[in-house]
Amino acid sequence: MQSVVFPNKVLPYLLLAPQIVLTVVFFFWPASQALYQSVLREDPFGLKSGFVGLANFRAILANPDYLHSLQVTVVFSLATALLSMALALLLATSADRVVRGRNVYRTLLIWPYAVAPAVAGMLWLFMFNPAMGTFAYILRRNGFVWDPLLNGNQAMWLVIVAAAWKQISYNFLFFVAGLQAIPKSLIEAASIDGARGTKRFWTIVFPLLAPTTFFLLVVNTVYAFFDTFGIIHAVTGGGPAKATETLVYKVYNDGFVNLDLGSSAAQSVILMIIVVALTAFQFRFVEKRVHYS
Amino acid sequence: MAEITLKDVRKSYGTVEAIKGVSLDIDDGEFVVLVGPSGCGKSTLLRMIAGLEGITGGDILIGGRQVNDVEPAERDIAMVFQNYALYPHMTVRQNLAYGLKNRKTPSAEIDRRIAAAAKTLEIEPYLDRKPRQLSGGQRQRVAMGRAIVRQPAAFLFDEPLSNLDAKLRGQMRIEIKRLQRSLGTTSVYVTHDQMEAMTLADRLVVVSAGRIEQVGTPLELYEKPATTFVATFIGSPSMNLLHGRDASAGWSLAPDVARPNGDFTLGVRPEDLSPILANGPAPAFEATVRVDGIELVGAESLLHGRLENGSELIFRVSGRARNAIGDAVKVGASADALHMFDANGHRFG
Ligand SMILES: Nc1ncnc2c1ncn2[C@@H]1O[C@H](COP(=O)(O)OP(=O)(O)O)[C@@H](O)[C@H]1O
Ligand SMILES: [Mg+2]
Repeated sequence: MQSVVFPNKVLPYLLLAPQIVLTVVFFFWPASQALYQSVLREDPFGLKSGFVGLANFRAILANPDYLHSLQVTVVFSLATALLSMALALLLATSADRVVRGRNVYRTLLIWPYAVAPAVAGMLWLFMFNPAMGTFAYILRRNGFVWDPLLNGNQAMWLVIVAAAWKQISYNFLFFVAGLQAIPKSLIEAASIDGARGTKRFWTIVFPLLAPTTFFLLVVNTVYAFFDTFGIIHAVTGGGPAKATETLVYKVYNDGFVNLDLGSSAAQSVILMIIVVALTAFQFRFVEKRVHYS
Repeated sequence: MAEITLKDVRKSYGTVEAIKGVSLDIDDGEFVVLVGPSGCGKSTLLRMIAGLEGITGGDILIGGRQVNDVEPAERDIAMVFQNYALYPHMTVRQNLAYGLKNRKTPSAEIDRRIAAAAKTLEIEPYLDRKPRQLSGGQRQRVAMGRAIVRQPAAFLFDEPLSNLDAKLRGQMRIEIKRLQRSLGTTSVYVTHDQMEAMTLADRLVVVSAGRIEQVGTPLELYEKPATTFVATFIGSPSMNLLHGRDASAGWSLAPDVARPNGDFTLGVRPEDLSPILANGPAPAFEATVRVDGIELVGAESLLHGRLENGSELIFRVSGRARNAIGDAVKVGASADALHMFDANGHRFG
């Protein structure tokens, strides 16, 4: 790495200033507040708060509600990541085969990514609303008892599908790029070596996509963990009976609805640790191990 | 083992015709080299034989069987790619085994063939490495190994040596030739390098702009090029070409040299020209060259110069040149070293 020397001592800091300000205001400040709050407990009237050490953390980790929420989050995140990646991969391999109109096809597939989470949630909510949703109507007419407002599993499916749908575009783009990066001659060598269709896909294409797949797995898990608040808020509000209350949603519920700031802050600190761990995992293992050349 | 036949094969990309009707018979066990400048359609031709590229006209037969619409895997051919196309996630052994496994070859037979190929190619120490842990030359050998273990009816090579350095290229060239001789497998080899083509080929096919210019042994092509294109493409440095209408402007031809009616092009190779003595017998062709460049290439020197009319001429002398830049040198060639081409660039006589 070559180090560049700026003749002006102030200019570099000025150039970095907007980014630094944003990071400090929207990340470091709230993060430090969360850390601070997480070791305090407010009295029942919210008048004063006292230092309690790690008591908030101990309380959370012993709370069955919290552990349930953790389980919900893991199921939700894995299902969302796998579903959206599987669909995106299917679309990307199809798009790779399309010759005419491939740009139109790709552009259309990228649109969902531009939809805001809350809007995406509303979209699916309306489609599957037991009272007025088109799909709910179709399901019910076919003898399927559809009521995500009462049935926790159905509610979970609905948020998973909504969250996965929104992420398909992003995954699709990466998979298309990944597929294009596979040298054509490898595919040709495989076809001469007698591997076609699904066999060629699983023995050559899929292993070569591994770096993309691992990257997306981490990104999607992070997305499902932290970036799906809007969808869950719009579709189920965490219900029914906390069946879709993920960790992030619980932070909001405990902190802003139930005003238990100490516990909520401790929960967000745990979330922060999870993000850091996932990111470190991404850099340390994934980036190094799964590349071929 | 098989012969390969192309009958008026054509290929169009949209409205552009890349291959404009190619017919060729390749004998069983023959080593045929397709050679031509970049973009002339060599790779396209090879890929059409492999089945990687569909054909838009004509017929391709391998071992007497028409394969126009047959999948690459069912054509019983193996191909060595320019970038080797080794599967990066598999070990060398797995790379070699892949094609055999897909064909349900018994695993004992796979092991036996891999062992034999690894021995021949001297890649035994690398069998459990991944391709990225190999040098360019080793990868090249693995690519060859992958073709050999299949024991196909024909080998197809697309510029397999162009990514190697000059020394290794020369070495691999000899090895490929030796290997092909001992296996006796029909081979089609594509290159843009005429030196490589000359040394490898039983028969050379010179391709230009989607058409075959000439087919023949390296010697035939060198001695009797059918067109001015082949004349300048084969041989290094290139054959000198002079336009008949310029005769007497710096060069002359003995009156008894046969020539076409009308305009013609005269070709003479640099190695067939030699300085003539003032009092010697007059050669069939003679020219006066003003030397403007001298290259010493090992045991001989190449002298570049211009005639009175500005045409360029190169001639070769053994050892160090006795002339200096700026000298006017009289050079000549005998009648049997002269190549005559008519106005369309076709060989005359
Ligand atoms: N997929 C393609 N689409 C359009 N034109 C192509 C395609 N492949 C090759 N060509 C054209 O066909 C001609 C021959 O190409 P190629 O066989 O690769 O040449 P070579 O191997 O002799 O350098 C070139 O002019 C090239 O531009
Ligand atoms: Mg080529």
